[in-house]
Amino acid sequence: MANPVPRVRAPNKAKVGEIIEIKSLISHEMESGQRRDSSGKVVPRKIINKFTASFNGKTFFEADWQPSISANPYQSFFFKATESGEFKFAWKDDDGSEYSSTAKIAVG
Amino acid sequence: MQTQASKRQFLRTAGIAAVAAIIAPRLAGASPAEVAAEIKKLYGDKKMESGRIKLDVPQIAENGLVVPINVEVESPMTSADFVKSVHVYAEKNPLPAVVSYKFTPEAGKAAASTRMRLAETQDIVVVAEMSNGQIFSTRAEVKVTIGGCGG
Repeated sequence: MANPVPRVRAPNKAKVGEIIEIKSLISHEMESGQRRDSSGKVVPRKIINKFTASFNGKTFFEADWQPSISANPYQSFFFKATESGEFKFAWKDDDGSEYSSTAKIAVG
Repeated sequence: MQTQASKRQFLRTAGIAAVAAIIAPRLAGASPAEVAAEIKKLYGDKKMESGRIKLDVPQIAENGLVVPINVEVESPMTSADFVKSVHVYAEKNPLPAVVSYKFTPEAGKAAASTRMRLAETQDIVVVAEMSNGQIFSTRAEVKVTIGGCGG
């Protein structure tokens, strides 16, 4: 499969104290480990098991995804804007790879 | 005598195998008891309170492969009083755990949406832990037309 492509929609500016919504999506098959292929063999599990959102180096939201999460996992969450800075979003794959994306926000 | 004994042995083994074959498919899905045990492992016999959690799931999901779920927990989200974690379970999925969230006061709001797979019609259970140790819980049924764990 092609490399997972992360996509994040976050506002690039906000007022101090404003609570903003951030939406994320990443292309990934999220193979549950429960499926059998045509020969009856179990298809091994391979999912993104963790999503982390941090701002200026500090983690503020985490999601531990299980095989019950749909393919191309979507995750929305919130953040209270207090100062300008940079978000980092990270997705951790079962195979050890990490995918990431960043976004800047101006607060004031 | 010996043949008699081995025949009996054979019949017993065959009997067990037959029973196992009947039970096995049911073992594929989890059970509400399994989810209850999972929650007990996390929080022991702590009292589960109701309220505070708003669980948004469709009453009927036509496609079990992609079922939207939105969870919101009422909280001031200050450093003194915030939602620490939220766990979501699908009681009859082969693997009932769906997602666990960790929140911080910096999030400003303890709410999150994602999409899940549901194998069949079942209850979704949500448990939320507050920073003061209080535990809240709620559930909602989703009727699934086409299951999402096929293969």
